[in-house]
Amino acid sequence: MAADANPQHLWRNPDPRPSYDAIVVGGGLHGLATAYYLARNHGLTNVAVLEKGWLGSGNAVRNTTIIRSNYLWEESAGIYEHSLQLWEGLVDELDHDFLFSQRGVLNLAHTLGDVREGVRRANANRLSGIDAEWLTTEEVADFCPIIDTSPGIRYPVLGATLQRRGGIARHDAFVFAISRAVDAYGIDLLQGCEVTGIDVVGGRVTGVQTTRGPIASTTVGLVAAGHSTVLAGLAGFRLPIQSHPLQALVSELLDQVLNCVVMSSAVHVYVSQAHKGELVMGAGIDSYNSYAQRGSFHVIEHQMAAAVELIPLFARAHVLRTWAGIVDVSPDASPILGLTPVDGLTVNCGWGTGGWKATPGSGWCMAHTMATGVPHPLSAPFSLERFETGALIDEHGAAAVAH
Amino acid sequence: MLLIACAWCGPRDEVEFRYGGQAHVAWPTAEDAISDAEWGAFLFIRDNPQGDFAERWVHQHGCRRWFNVVRSTVTHEISAVYPAGQSRPESAPGRSGAGSGEGAR
Ligand SMILES: Cc1cc2nc3c(=O)[nH]c(=O)nc-3n(C[C@H](O)[C@H](O)[C@H](O)COP(=O)(O)OP(=O)(O)OC[C@H]3O[C@@H](n4cnc5c(N)ncnc54)[C@H](O)[C@@H]3O)c2cc1C
Repeated sequence: MAADANPQHLWRNPDPRPSYDAIVVGGGLHGLATAYYLARNHGLTNVAVLEKGWLGSGNAVRNTTIIRSNYLWEESAGIYEHSLQLWEGLVDELDHDFLFSQRGVLNLAHTLGDVREGVRRANANRLSGIDAEWLTTEEVADFCPIIDTSPGIRYPVLGATLQRRGGIARHDAFVFAISRAVDAYGIDLLQGCEVTGIDVVGGRVTGVQTTRGPIASTTVGLVAAGHSTVLAGLAGFRLPIQSHPLQALVSELLDQVLNCVVMSSAVHVYVSQAHKGELVMGAGIDSYNSYAQRGSFHVIEHQMAAAVELIPLFARAHVLRTWAGIVDVSPDASPILGLTPVDGLTVNCGWGTGGWKATPGSGWCMAHTMATGVPHPLSAPFSLERFETGALIDEHGAAAVAH
Repeated sequence: MLLIACAWCGPRDEVEFRYGGQAHVAWPTAEDAISDAEWGAFLFIRDNPQGDFAERWVHQHGCRRWFNVVRSTVTHEISAVYPAGQSRPESAPGRSGAGSGEGAR
């Protein structure tokens, strides 16, 4: 644990070279992780990450930082659990303490339907080798005493799933950690470099046009979350992705009162308390398509009402700040990670409201796909073709709130 | 919160409405003849423009009728409102005479 929270050197700010062996478009979580594993696992370092704003300026530091792997289906369990196992080693590997805290994630059940779903999911998780427990109402009260578990409330707590290895981490510190590691491999992090065109010759990608000039490469990965359909359009194909605002909020700094992550699909809120002390909460997406990075206030009111119902002492906290990110929503609430109709061009998107937790696993599989031209076994089920074959991975109802 | 002018009732708060996504998506005419790729595209792929978007809303907690809106996905401004079944107004957003446009630029 030699992790250094305040390193002296962060990264270079180089000018683009005319060409690279591989280009990653999008300097967010998954783009940076892709670059990291291109170097670490495949020895590729003549690589550039192209970011239109600054590193992490998309959803990377807008998310509520929940990490868990308790999804229902085996395909999801595979990639999210691989990711969780990578998280467990990354503070040491990156030598930067980004406060990864496995404090446990509770998914509350409020109806008989929720109970059945939760028990089924916990059992499915255990069959996939993932830690999962079912807690009774009394056990929920013991594990997290500030939750109102009395029977008389509108949405009584009938039990919960618990993944003890789940938790939170500091997203901004992680962006610093991984950017520094990527730069140390000699990879160019090109900020203020927006991709405005994708060059395709004879069905094969040959490079990109950017606000910092043209850059050639025959291996290009699109990792642009809410802007993925815009980029796919530049390359001449369509993606089943809709862009929506997802909002979150924090309270002022409070003493530590909440010891775990609490999520509820039925009343629709999820909350944790950051190390600094603020309560961090989020809920569902705004219904309409948007690229505006803001949403409607009634969504915030709704999630606050739910939070206060579940944890009455929150009534005395204040909303300090609210914000939104633009999330890339796919039809089955699962990501799209794989090949595209254009040779040499791969795509990684559709993580929607829940891709922070998947960052290392996503980057691992994306790097493999870009380096070898073949999808990684863990990401192969998440192909774009599934919307033609019908082999969907439906995590809508099943994955608790998908964050 | 958006202020949406229902084509039938006039301006109401967004919470009275439900969103219906892209407007003018027609059922494939030759449904027996189309390929799996075309069918998949019809089921799952919708436009997702960064800019003006023709979309459907239903006044769920009001008259419960559907209508179409042209709204910018960048500014959220609504430049045209028109009944379901009508085609998207030709005129440029903001100068549209069609429907009871709300918040024209
Ligand atoms: C409010 C909120 C709460 C969330 N909570 C959670 C949570 O608790 N747990 C969880 O697991 N996930 C959560 N998420 C989801 C998570 O943040 C995303 O899934 C994740 O950030 C996706 O990573 P990414 O790299 O694909 O996208 P991003 O981190 O958004 O990165 C994409 C990057 O691409 C860049 N880009 C776009 N277009 C171009 C272009 N043309 N040229 C160059 N660069 C471009 C953008 O500027 C951006 O930096 C939340 C998201 C939000 C908004």
